[in-house]
Amino acid sequence: MAVNGDVRNVIIIGSGPAGLTAAIYSARANLAPLVLEGEPSSTSDQPGGQLMLTTDVENYPGFPQGILGPQLMLDFREQAARFGAELQTVKASKVDLSSRPYGVWVGDPNTPEPTYRGDTIIVSTGAQALMLDLPNEQRLLGYGVSTCATCDGFFFRDQDIVVVGGGDSALEEAIFLTKFARSVTLVHRRDQLRASKIMQDRATANPKIRFVWNSVVHDVIGDSKVEGLHVRNVLTDEVTTLDATGLFVAIGHVPNTDLFKGQLDMEDNGYLITGQGEGATSTNVEGVFACGDVQDHVYRQAITAAGSGCMAAIDAERWLEHHS
Amino acid sequence: MADGISTLTDTTFDEEIGAAGEPVVVDFWAEWCGPCKMITPILEEIAAEHAGKVKVAKLNVDDNPNVARRFEVMSIPTLIVFRDGQPIHRMIGAKGKGQLLQELSEFIV
Repeated sequence: MAVNGDVRNVIIIGSGPAGLTAAIYSARANLAPLVLEGEPSSTSDQPGGQLMLTTDVENYPGFPQGILGPQLMLDFREQAARFGAELQTVKASKVDLSSRPYGVWVGDPNTPEPTYRGDTIIVSTGAQALMLDLPNEQRLLGYGVSTCATCDGFFFRDQDIVVVGGGDSALEEAIFLTKFARSVTLVHRRDQLRASKIMQDRATANPKIRFVWNSVVHDVIGDSKVEGLHVRNVLTDEVTTLDATGLFVAIGHVPNTDLFKGQLDMEDNGYLITGQGEGATSTNVEGVFACGDVQDHVYRQAITAAGSGCMAAIDAERWLEHHS
Repeated sequence: MADGISTLTDTTFDEEIGAAGEPVVVDFWAEWCGPCKMITPILEEIAAEHAGKVKVAKLNVDDNPNVARRFEVMSIPTLIVFRDGQPIHRMIGAKGKGQLLQELSEFIV
């Protein structure tokens, strides 16, 4: 049974590892979940989530030779569909969690009636990569500034590239880009990296990568495409110019929680607070659960997101048993 | 294939774009680009739903670097709208169907 009247048992918002694992589990529990996957974009805010912009995933168990991120997510999706999850490539524009069944809008958020209603909602909207928030960065997006190293690295063959950041994502991008670039300069605001030891070892051993420490990008230079960057040393305030034709930014993430402001409890940094009711994934609203990076700024791994997606599906199933 | 997406190459590009009576949306893409794959089904729908008003074609930048370089494509997916052989509008990055159609609406008449 796909629907209960026109009210769904479970509506899952988001389709990264967390959302799709929740879909697999709730579909196998015969709950016919509806998954609102999101819409295509060139940022991590897209169906499949952050892994859609990566290449080799080497730490997801079960793949001893590694697997490509987009392939892994297509496989998750196919597995969810196989058990009857309904996948819609649309983005939720509004939710109403004030009374059950909860309302979810797609498209125009001003229509009086929601597009879908659900007895339970699983929030797995994830997090998206931060940009530098500089006017010239926006203006030169697609003209040397890129949100997707795997898409655009190819266009920077034998050129000089800057990667901003000091975590695993930044080093992964830097190492990937050395396949094409003549040089990759990593600009980081501290004097040491946050990244894991294995990634640090790989990056420091790579002859094409050099580091500019204690520095932030002050401005992006170029009329019709990126020609260089102004970089400011945070200790001395000295501004220097780096010649580069490409800029890739990996300075962290923000949770996609705008949709839930004023309805779900969040921490000061916007991450949803879970464990508030029945089940570890419960939010402050009964029957609304959250999983994956939208509620986790500590671990942020595909495997932890998938694990919490499984927990959310089990929590939702138990909640439905007790409340219907 | 009236309703489908045609494939352009470095060799065929000028002739096919020049000969088209209606605007042509060219999708610059590559095999390794995840966001490119996400918009392919959307472009197929647009091509089918607006057949006769707009053409949709794709060009693999990996196999056809000359055309990609000529139009200074530095990010994919990039969609460029051509009319009478000339580029008249450029869209960078994958987008949902609603947003794509909104940006293309002035060319689909």
